[in-house]
Amino acid sequence: MPDAIRMTFNVDGDDFAAAGTASSEVKRALKQLGMPPELVKRAAICMYEGEINMVIHADGGVASVAIRPGSVEIELRDRGPGIPDLELAMQEGYSTASEQARNLGFGAGMGLPNMKRYADELKIDTKIGVGTTVTMVLRDRTR
Amino acid sequence: MERKLFHSVTLNLDKCKGCTTCIKHCPTEAIRVRFGKAYIIEDRCIDCGQCIRVCPHRAKSAVCDSFESLKNYRLTIALPAPSLYGQFNNLSDIGLVLTGLLRIGFDRVFEVAAAAEYLSDFTRRELLKNNSLPHPTISSACPACVRLIKHRFPELANHVLPFVAPVELAAVLARSKAVAETGLKPEEIGVFFISPCPAKVTASRLPIGISARVMDGVLSMTDVYTRLLPVLKTIGEPEITPQAGLTGIGWSVSGGEGSALLNGRYLAVDGIENVIKILEDLEDEKLPELDFIELNACTQGCVGGCLAVENPYVAKTRIRGLMKYLPVSRNKASALQDGTGKIQWQGSLESESRWALDSDMGAAMEKLLRINELANSLPGLDCGSCGAPTCRALAEDVVLGHASEEDCIFRMRERMQILSGGGEADADAYLPPPFRKCEEDRK
Ligand SMILES: Nc1ncnc2c1ncn2[C@@H]1O[C@H](COP(=O)(O)OP(=O)(O)OP(=O)(O)O)[C@@H](O)[C@H]1O
Ligand code: SF4
Ligand SMILES: [Mg+2]
Repeated sequence: MPDAIRMTFNVDGDDFAAAGTASSEVKRALKQLGMPPELVKRAAICMYEGEINMVIHADGGVASVAIRPGSVEIELRDRGPGIPDLELAMQEGYSTASEQARNLGFGAGMGLPNMKRYADELKIDTKIGVGTTVTMVLRDRTR
Repeated sequence: MERKLFHSVTLNLDKCKGCTTCIKHCPTEAIRVRFGKAYIIEDRCIDCGQCIRVCPHRAKSAVCDSFESLKNYRLTIALPAPSLYGQFNNLSDIGLVLTGLLRIGFDRVFEVAAAAEYLSDFTRRELLKNNSLPHPTISSACPACVRLIKHRFPELANHVLPFVAPVELAAVLARSKAVAETGLKPEEIGVFFISPCPAKVTASRLPIGISARVMDGVLSMTDVYTRLLPVLKTIGEPEITPQAGLTGIGWSVSGGEGSALLNGRYLAVDGIENVIKILEDLEDEKLPELDFIELNACTQGCVGGCLAVENPYVAKTRIRGLMKYLPVSRNKASALQDGTGKIQWQGSLESESRWALDSDMGAAMEKLLRINELANSLPGLDCGSCGAPTCRALAEDVVLGHASEEDCIFRMRERMQILSGGGEADADAYLPPPFRKCEEDRK
């Protein structure tokens, strides 16, 4: 049996319209693997929030996903501006989203809180001027 | 579990030319071309009727019951879908259509729109109670959408309103009324739905949420329309008074069911591709706070059903015209005897994912890896020459054992090149011009 299914996506920072396509591919793969619906749902939300954040706050990046029988690991790595105050950024409703992003319906300041709520593990490495790496692990809670 | 497979949507082999139009339009990737003919993967078909609409050779059709079967019953009842009323030009009175149904051979008429009003009223009350129903509630009236959720959105299955569709309630009410009034046995009465779509035909034979069939047959709206048209002109005064208000009739257009709940927080989606997008968004919690989501597989709602005759936009305008000057509703749920028993499903929707590649996750992972690998190695043209809608779909078919890699004409080309020992130009001889690679051919 293969150890994991790995998927990598270059998430384009210039293409707002394409944001979210990586998460829908991951979701499709999870469904095809017969992962439990509750895990598919949480993983799809976490991946989507992370992917959008890379597009609207960090000018794109690379998303890597490793799918194993009982878990999904998502890594989102960008070379954006970094997050100056992580505690503040984690608060519900805090957002620095641009006017353009807000017009598209983003910027409610709910992305990171949702990731925290749905992922079983969330780790954020961020350095001003260097970039941000968000790692999430989601486990099958039915097992 | 579905007891057996039945699909109203069927293929006429003689008419099918094996073109790739339907495989490209099927929203669930349920069609392939094999041996020069289309082939429907029954497991995946949701009877939405999209292929019937797009087939240029009219090789896809909806199997309905025949008008002849009216003869098998001592008493027959027509259940017209409200979308029928939108098919006629300059119709001043719905009573004319209802009377026409008597003239073409039915003994009685029971409007599905009336049953829809009971349902709207019942659902509104249940939503207000705010405890028992899932949040947000997804309409269960369009069987194509219900089947889509069952197969592809297992996480959403428990959001589906666990209530019968208007036509099912209409069938039960019409039959029991006729039994009470005539003393006939239930089985001596033939209850026939006049349907705008194949999905309702399938649902009548394989009902979802209820254990037994409640209709004796489903007739095509086109068929009934053709019979009604000459008769309508001969009717002076309608003999039947319509039993529904604007609420029931409004169910035939997108937004009708949602707005009847008298609660602003609903969303009405029409067209199967839009429905899929909204369900994806709902699953990913991307939608705003909503109480109710109305789904119609057909553009503009049931007036867009593929068995309807009129253009859906025209029919919708006509329905709006007929709704004017009608009372809001003529049917209150409180008037129903044992409303709950008649309306509520025996359980909630059971999901039945048709997406998993294998029931064993390890095996599924292995298959997915091979699919990804193969899909990446295919040219990505999605040209359809292999009979699958996309290169990825071919990769899935190959790994699942339903197709061969060499069904791809580029794979074929490579093999020919090896076999003939020749160069690119030789191999190109096996490809149609748009796919040839050699420059000399570019004239
Ligand atoms: N990858 C990132 N790079 C730089 N800053 C980020 C990144 N991700 C999040 N942030 C900062 O954290 C804030 C909060 O993020 P969060 O996802 O919770 O909300 P949002 O993206 O602003 O709005 P929403 O996710 O609700 O559309 C953002 O406004 C931004 O300032
Ligand atoms: S929208 Fe109406 S006509 Fe179209 S498939 Fe659904 S129930 Fe049938
Ligand atoms: Mg965000």
